[in-house]
Amino acid sequence: MGVSDRYDRGRRLFLEDPVRAVLVVIAVVLVLDLVRQLAVGQTQISEFGVMLKDGLMRGLFFGLAGIGLSMTYSILNFANFSHGDFITSGSFAGMVVTYVIAGGFGAEADIGSLALVGADGSVYGAQLGIGVATTPLAVVAGAVVAGVATVLLALFIDRLVYRPIRDRSGIALLITSIGVAFALRYLIQFVFGPSRRGVTDSGAVPSIGIPAVDGVVSVNLHEVSLLVVSVLLMLGLHLLLQRTRLGKAMRAMADNEDLARITGIPTERVVRFTWIIGASLAGVAGYMFVLWNGTLHWFQGWILLLPIFAAVILGGIGSVYGAIVGGLVIGLTMSVSIVWIPSGLARAAAFLLMIVVLLVRPEGIFAGRSTA
Amino acid sequence: MSDDEGGASEPAGLAAVWDNDATKLVALVGGILALYVGAGTLLDYGVRQQLNSIGLLVFYIAVFAMLALALNLHWGYTGLFNIGVIGFMAIGIYVTAVLSKSATVTEPAAGSIGGFGLPLWLGIIGGVVAAAVFGVLVALPALRLRADYFAIVTVGISEIVRFTLLESSFQQMQLFGYFVGLGGGSGLILDFDITDSLLDAVGVAEPYAGLTESLGATLGLGGNPKPVFDSLYYGVLLLVFLVLFYLLLRRVGNSPFGRVLKAIREDEEATKSLGKDTNRFKIKSFTIGCALMGLAGILFYAEQGAITPNAFRPRITFFVWIALIIGGAGSNTGSVMGGAVFAAFLFRGPLFLKNVIQESFDIGAVSTFGQAVSPLISGLNPVPMLAYAIDNLAQLQLVIMGLTLIYLMHNRPEGLLGHRQEPAACIPLTGLSRSDTATAPATETDGGVASKGGDGDE
Amino acid sequence: MSDTEVDEAAVTTNVPEDVEADVDEPETNDSTVERDAKHVPNAIPLKVRGLRKEFGGIVAAADVNLSVEEGSLTGLIGPNGAGKSTTFNCITGVHEPTAGQIHFQGEDITGLSPNEVAERGLVRTFQIARELEEMSVLENMMLAPTGQRGESLWRSVLPVARESVKQQEAAVLERCWEMLEFFEIDHLAHEYAGNLSGGQRKLLELARALLTEPSVLLLDEPFAGVNPSLESRLLDHINELQESGYTFLIVEHDMDLIMENCEHVIVMHQGTVLTEGTPEEVRTNEAVIEAYLGGEVDG
Repeated sequence: MGVSDRYDRGRRLFLEDPVRAVLVVIAVVLVLDLVRQLAVGQTQISEFGVMLKDGLMRGLFFGLAGIGLSMTYSILNFANFSHGDFITSGSFAGMVVTYVIAGGFGAEADIGSLALVGADGSVYGAQLGIGVATTPLAVVAGAVVAGVATVLLALFIDRLVYRPIRDRSGIALLITSIGVAFALRYLIQFVFGPSRRGVTDSGAVPSIGIPAVDGVVSVNLHEVSLLVVSVLLMLGLHLLLQRTRLGKAMRAMADNEDLARITGIPTERVVRFTWIIGASLAGVAGYMFVLWNGTLHWFQGWILLLPIFAAVILGGIGSVYGAIVGGLVIGLTMSVSIVWIPSGLARAAAFLLMIVVLLVRPEGIFAGRSTA
Repeated sequence: MSDDEGGASEPAGLAAVWDNDATKLVALVGGILALYVGAGTLLDYGVRQQLNSIGLLVFYIAVFAMLALALNLHWGYTGLFNIGVIGFMAIGIYVTAVLSKSATVTEPAAGSIGGFGLPLWLGIIGGVVAAAVFGVLVALPALRLRADYFAIVTVGISEIVRFTLLESSFQQMQLFGYFVGLGGGSGLILDFDITDSLLDAVGVAEPYAGLTESLGATLGLGGNPKPVFDSLYYGVLLLVFLVLFYLLLRRVGNSPFGRVLKAIREDEEATKSLGKDTNRFKIKSFTIGCALMGLAGILFYAEQGAITPNAFRPRITFFVWIALIIGGAGSNTGSVMGGAVFAAFLFRGPLFLKNVIQESFDIGAVSTFGQAVSPLISGLNPVPMLAYAIDNLAQLQLVIMGLTLIYLMHNRPEGLLGHRQEPAACIPLTGLSRSDTATAPATETDGGVASKGGDGDE
Repeated sequence: MSDTEVDEAAVTTNVPEDVEADVDEPETNDSTVERDAKHVPNAIPLKVRGLRKEFGGIVAAADVNLSVEEGSLTGLIGPNGAGKSTTFNCITGVHEPTAGQIHFQGEDITGLSPNEVAERGLVRTFQIARELEEMSVLENMMLAPTGQRGESLWRSVLPVARESVKQQEAAVLERCWEMLEFFEIDHLAHEYAGNLSGGQRKLLELARALLTEPSVLLLDEPFAGVNPSLESRLLDHINELQESGYTFLIVEHDMDLIMENCEHVIVMHQGTVLTEGTPEEVRTNEAVIEAYLGGEVDG
């Protein structure tokens, strides 16, 4: 116990695993520097509060969307590169419904433009006053449809694309999923056009200011919505996995690759529920993220996929709870990294973190710990 | 290339010529070109249009074949699942650009970024070396990862490269007194010209200019014929590079070195158990492949006049993978074929078709999918939809490519040529027994289209 | 790793084809006699001392001490979970031991990587044959010889150097054919290794391992999943090879097979060496009977 023991352990770490030791040192230095910056006012505490809040939002999204990726990775045994485009598809499907309802089924704008989420700048979200407070029904319907549509899409693609080659190697499936990703991504661009559009009336989102030491951190309703929906869905999933027999079976398979290997190709029922759970969470998460972020475009899913991969790998593939924690770590990394690096490289920092995790601890930071 | 026949032996007559992989490749590329010229003739293309179309086609065939060859070394031979091809290409061309753009030693006006003003050949070498060094940096830590993790790392690296190029902090800086930079989102203007520099270097710039003028007049190309000939000449230059790539990679593949690479792809642990230091081989293979990707990137973008980070999105990587899978991973000849088929039919083909249709018919294309789909639903009028599809072929093309990849993975994962392997040895292995090692007939063992039983296992 | 290792001159000496030609009376054969003459009795090429391997908290091998005598056919047996495979994997460098030393030809090879262990002449085969499926049998074989010049990248590529590589390739090819003939699988030379039957794969793997010119061969359950006729063929091959000077350490689950064929038997149980000796000594050892009857039914 005590200092000498800790010193001993530190010395052992340095000798046995210098790479990890260096990383630990870097992390400690960064934390100390952050404390220093906050203390001398180089970074304002309220600024830092905003970063934390943004990181939390992103992190919740990465975690929620990552659950599906993690489950398909462990149960179907392949890295699904089309997962990001599932998210895009869900977001678009949900926004179509939101636009149509908020647009009064054609009353406020051409129904075609509404159904194409204002392709070519024909309608803007702000025009329709889209927001949780202003058009609650449209948003709720949109979120539900986002989930349902993503599930249907995932099941459809699984039936057509993945199921016939279920027995092939994870690599073959991975390559195939890249084909699916590109087909989906550019089909979305073909239908909805290439523009990035604003989909919410960001001015009309109510917000409150939480006083921080040297300023105010404002929190708006969309942020609260993302938080509430994420927490509810995570709780729901937790109950499903803990309380139902199906959930227990899935957990066992996801947790234990050996078990999955022994039992062979998982039953189609488990596979189906894997897609259903993963895709519905991805769809809803994508929709809530778009609502929070306020913009939507065809490239979104791809941009988000790699941080989601990062979250999943960080949390340990197959671990649902790991994905959530990993998501938070990645989200916070991306937000807080701009204390040190240009904001354009925040994503690069997240990828770098992912690569470092893969190199140093490919089994994830929570590996070996039961997820039950 | 007498020593590179790998598995081919010497059957008599025409069959022998056909058995030669090089003949197949020349025939394929020739056939593709003939097809395009034929189509152009049917469409009453002028000479200038024909030559332009050929120049462009040859360019894309060459670059995709080169990239597929380099990727084949990684994936087909060594089993290194690199899906960050574009990142290494970007490093190649950006380093070349920074080294060889004309130097600026005084603070330049906004938007114009200088380079170090080195000769172009030095810049190209610098770009290739940079791609190779970057490859080593990625390889050293990442090679022990399993294939899917390696894939995620490489695609992550390629995106980090793109973000770095986009980043405004590196847009411009002062290094050793020179004002250089990566140009940020608006990219870099390439104020050099490979074709012209080469002509200057050989000292034939003047005769070439004269030749283009007179040939242009003879062929009736109209004013300023030089760009047309430049594109043809560049296409031929790239074909020369392609031949060099092919010869180099065949030598690498058909050798004891290539044998170890293939063994690593099959089972690294077993290869280690035979005393092979697999890490060394993997690093070498990855580095060579990255250098070649860097070179291909330089050749791809050097004549485009400008580069922007948006050109380096992951889709080029995806293109190269499709090309490789069409041709069949593991075969150099297949890689070239895959590159050619991809360039001609999946990449250029739809755009060619689009031009043809848009020039032949005056179809007033609608601007959104909605305007296209409503006549289809209300009046069963497919014309607006077709017009929209043609107008937006660039997107639809990628959908088609995605579906092609899915189709190939389902039905023909071993590629166009079937289950083909090029024997990894410097000498023919075709003998049926020890005694007739040298003089065996080439039946059933020359690795041709008819595969030896490998098809059954999928 | 000298370049001359596989030169033409060296090619034919290593393959015991002469043994095959005269199976019944190998001792009359010159080359065998030569090899036997070089054989120093009681030399111990492989020595394991105090080997311990833990996985997480589980001790897979507690304290393993064993030695393999030169030219011997040594069997390593024990019930499931006795630590045989762990010991094997530690020796061959797949696992790094938690404690203990492994000496090979007088050199401490503890913690070396698998390829470094193999380079030193201690070569293994796998329990489930690890043939390189998408390579032909001949390619599988040609991979194995050590000291191939063409494994250097520049020699494979540069024109003049490649000529010398080609010369060596011809010698390697010749040697591979000889080895294939010795194992009577030369008719499969152009077949993809993945298309071979289980037994053929075992033969291929042994043949491939021999091409590395090992001094000690570690065979991991070479008879598992092999039909009886092939089993006896494999045994014949192993006996011939032993007589021509090779040393074998065989891990085997099938106790009878080891008892009938090995002159020295090591019995492992619960992570340690229970006993060792001649088959007769082992057979009558109380502890062995206890371990097998108490723990395992099928041993």
